[in-house]
Amino acid sequence: MTASSRIPLSRIRNFSIVAHIDHGKSTLADRLIQMTGGLADREMSEQLLDSMDIERERGITIKAQTVRLHYKAEDGETYILNLIDTPGHVDFAYEVSRSLSACEGSLLVVDASQGVEAQTLANVYQAIDNDHEIVTVLNKVDLPAADPDRVKEQIEEVIGLDASDAVEISAKTGQGIPDVLEAIVHRLPPPREGDADAPLKALLVDSWYDAYLGVIVLVRVIDGVLKKGQTIRMMGTDAKYLIDRVGVITPKMANVEGLGPGEIGFITASIKEVADTRVGDTITEDKRQTAAALPGFKPAQPVVFCGLFPVDAADFEDLRSAMGKLRLNDASFSFEMETSAALGFGFRCGFLGLLHLEIIQERLEREFDLDLIATAPSVVYELVMTDGSKRELHNPADMPDVVKIAEIHEPWIRATILTPDEYLGPILKLCQDRRGIQVELTYVGTRAMLTYDLPLNEVVFDFYDRLKSISKGYASFDYQITELRPGDLVKMQILVNGEPVDALSMMVHRAAAEKRGREMCEKLKDLIPRHMFKIPIQAAIGGTIIARETISALRKDVTAKCYGGDATRKRKLLEKQKAGKKRMRQFGKVDIPQEAFIAALKMKED
Amino acid sequence: MGGATLSYLDPGFGIYVHWPFCAAKCPYCDFNSHVRHNPVDQPRYVAAFQREIQQMRAKTGPRSVTSIFFGGGTPSLMEPQTVDEILSAIGRAWDVDVDAEITLEANPSSVEADRFRGYRAAGVNRVSLGVQALNDDDLKFLGRLHSVADALSAIELARAIFPRLSFDLIYARPGQSVGAWEKELDQAIGHAADHLSLYQLTIEQGTPFYGLYKSGRLKVPDGDHCADLYDATQALTAASGLPAYEVSNHAVPGAESRHNLTYWRYGDYVGLGAGAHGRLSHSGGKTGTVNRRLPEHWLEQVESLGHGMESEERLDTEAQADELMLMGLRLREGFDLSRWRDLSGRSVDPDKESFLVSHGLLERLGNSRLRCTPAGMLVLDAVVADLAA
Repeated sequence: MTASSRIPLSRIRNFSIVAHIDHGKSTLADRLIQMTGGLADREMSEQLLDSMDIERERGITIKAQTVRLHYKAEDGETYILNLIDTPGHVDFAYEVSRSLSACEGSLLVVDASQGVEAQTLANVYQAIDNDHEIVTVLNKVDLPAADPDRVKEQIEEVIGLDASDAVEISAKTGQGIPDVLEAIVHRLPPPREGDADAPLKALLVDSWYDAYLGVIVLVRVIDGVLKKGQTIRMMGTDAKYLIDRVGVITPKMANVEGLGPGEIGFITASIKEVADTRVGDTITEDKRQTAAALPGFKPAQPVVFCGLFPVDAADFEDLRSAMGKLRLNDASFSFEMETSAALGFGFRCGFLGLLHLEIIQERLEREFDLDLIATAPSVVYELVMTDGSKRELHNPADMPDVVKIAEIHEPWIRATILTPDEYLGPILKLCQDRRGIQVELTYVGTRAMLTYDLPLNEVVFDFYDRLKSISKGYASFDYQITELRPGDLVKMQILVNGEPVDALSMMVHRAAAEKRGREMCEKLKDLIPRHMFKIPIQAAIGGTIIARETISALRKDVTAKCYGGDATRKRKLLEKQKAGKKRMRQFGKVDIPQEAFIAALKMKED
Repeated sequence: MGGATLSYLDPGFGIYVHWPFCAAKCPYCDFNSHVRHNPVDQPRYVAAFQREIQQMRAKTGPRSVTSIFFGGGTPSLMEPQTVDEILSAIGRAWDVDVDAEITLEANPSSVEADRFRGYRAAGVNRVSLGVQALNDDDLKFLGRLHSVADALSAIELARAIFPRLSFDLIYARPGQSVGAWEKELDQAIGHAADHLSLYQLTIEQGTPFYGLYKSGRLKVPDGDHCADLYDATQALTAASGLPAYEVSNHAVPGAESRHNLTYWRYGDYVGLGAGAHGRLSHSGGKTGTVNRRLPEHWLEQVESLGHGMESEERLDTEAQADELMLMGLRLREGFDLSRWRDLSGRSVDPDKESFLVSHGLLERLGNSRLRCTPAGMLVLDAVVADLAA
């Protein structure tokens, strides 16, 4: 029958690697591929599984990747090891959970010099929630700063895992890699028994767009067999497709006859857009459908929005087409056209989180060579209207008349912060300043673990940058969205010479409005050049001014000498000034250079 | 000035003659001036000027010259005979008004009584002295070769020989207080010239001062202090009967520089010599001419081609409208709105005008002229940028 049917489940292991950024997840994956002969040395490029430049550079994984390894173990048997490399970041938490649900075990990789970080925690708890067996791997034991015993103790105390049999390795030198492979085979369980003869039931783990093959879908088979020529049905989207290719990634793509229960592989089926496939969906056979879909399917919802505008208005169409291309491969990124008096034509975009926002912006700028202005990120608010209806607010500019609003609800998160205790004081203050509510504070040796409930809108406003700078980069941070809570939120407007500047409006908590307004006014005071008249800059809530700065009038701007020989030069300068005015936006007779918007919208406090 | 007659506003037709040599280069100066260690062959330059004059005459056709201006460089380094031969050539080419204003710029350091009499005999009737400061330390700082005593004796001599006298001062010097400047200016006014050019020190790119300024070794007064100095200057000169008729120029009414008024009233002028610019009207348009900048290049080109031009640009009406406004608003008398409208094909934006008027920067002079207020004059470049856009 099929190739897969010849492999007993007892010789398959499906696993993923859980780690904090920089703790060596991708290097370990590369070593495993190399040592099992997946690729010859000359075919190895550093950190093979992170295929995008941006993933390699930032040391993060954005899309789940998979690789099938053939490992001849010390017991003489050959095992198939399916590694699913997952995005490690909270923004992609849903993808992480789907990837984890496709496996039975995880390697928890912890840097033996750094110890447990916030992200490690969130991901390892997800693995535990998915009933994973967990093999603890201490990486970088070759570093002088490595302290495996201390880190083991920390793992036991913070995570509650037995770390006595942790495998000590150096992914960089290759030390300990055979022990990891043996631990995978002997300590992780094989896939649960599935029924090859039952109707097809497979999990859609991930999908991505390939310029030659179209959309490639990564699947984990539960029951039945996936074969070329089958007509499948996606149970969440109810779409039908004819499978034209079934294969595994080794990491080269190799066709196989079929994929049976417990196996992980890919299919292609003339699917045009990634948006047509939903991570977590159940795939079944059209003519013989499974009775029950897999639990837990939910499409990813954008939680952070911002406007993206081209610096040069002429790039608008290029931006539209670039966004379309990115969306081909990233269904969780959404955009719709937006116009701003300040910034012209652009798009209101939705993201899974701040990192997702940053990545999309960076890819647009880098891969499509676009210069962009991003407005302040905003979360999604729920407005409860006086007539009882509810609506979502994605953009402060769309805020309805306040008299029609009964209540505003904002998303809250539960944040986990791990930090050396010397930074604890300022971090506690930061969380308090951001309306945080402390849930827990525990110490592990000289490290503190903090759990805080925080409003997401306080976090999208430079929280992470502040945290990094307070802790000199040592604190790590992770969060998950928990619930909506009512909040005393107001729309703050910035007025330049009496006219509101739409791109600078923001939703803020009433208690923080004055400070935020004052900061913005001060910033604009430095950014807007002096004019021939004095310019008031005000922050306002409704009709109430809460902060004000004044740019004093320009007192002297005149060329001392201008005679017959100077007319040409002065005219050319004037022509340049006239052209420059076209790149400025006018508010209340004030010319605001675009650079001023860009700088004002940079949320970092210097 | 409300009663100004039409003839007063006639831009006239001027001839500019550039003498591009100096004994030393001043550290603030970005003019087209050069120091040559070998003596300049003046007869050879005279011959080149004569050829260039003939060539320019062919372009302008017959016209009445209302002013001639020898600028530099240091024109007082010219032999009186050189000046005389150039003036004669101009007189042969065009019809020079009997009361034409003929100005020569002179440095107090190069003044000799004989020379001044020679210039006067050649026809020069107005001299403009580069005094720059009445304070020996500042003269040294400005790189000038003369002392206050030299300047004062040059003023005396010039006043005795020429019917009209102007001199230049540079202010807003590093560390200069309003009080110190007022004292110095008051002293200058006491020397009874009928015309004063009072320039704020400007740091120009490519000068030694620019390098010092960029590296932080030269501190100049900030904009607010410059504005205070400017205001003090306006008050003092007006009270002494030498009101400003242009941003940096002051005169006893009637003693304004006719030649410079031609530039600011956007009239025609011929540019002769290295780096000189010209504006020449002809049926249906205006041309800007620019001469070769380096003296030797200009000289050789005139000798071989008969003209010293590096470029000749036809100015479209929008460019002319821009130049009319940016030159005209420098004048206390402003510029003629209908002339601007005829060139640009549109009226001055009434919203912008009334906005600038409401902020006390612009005002109408009668119905047909627009001018800067004294406050507007101080931010003229910004006013023009706003109004012309």
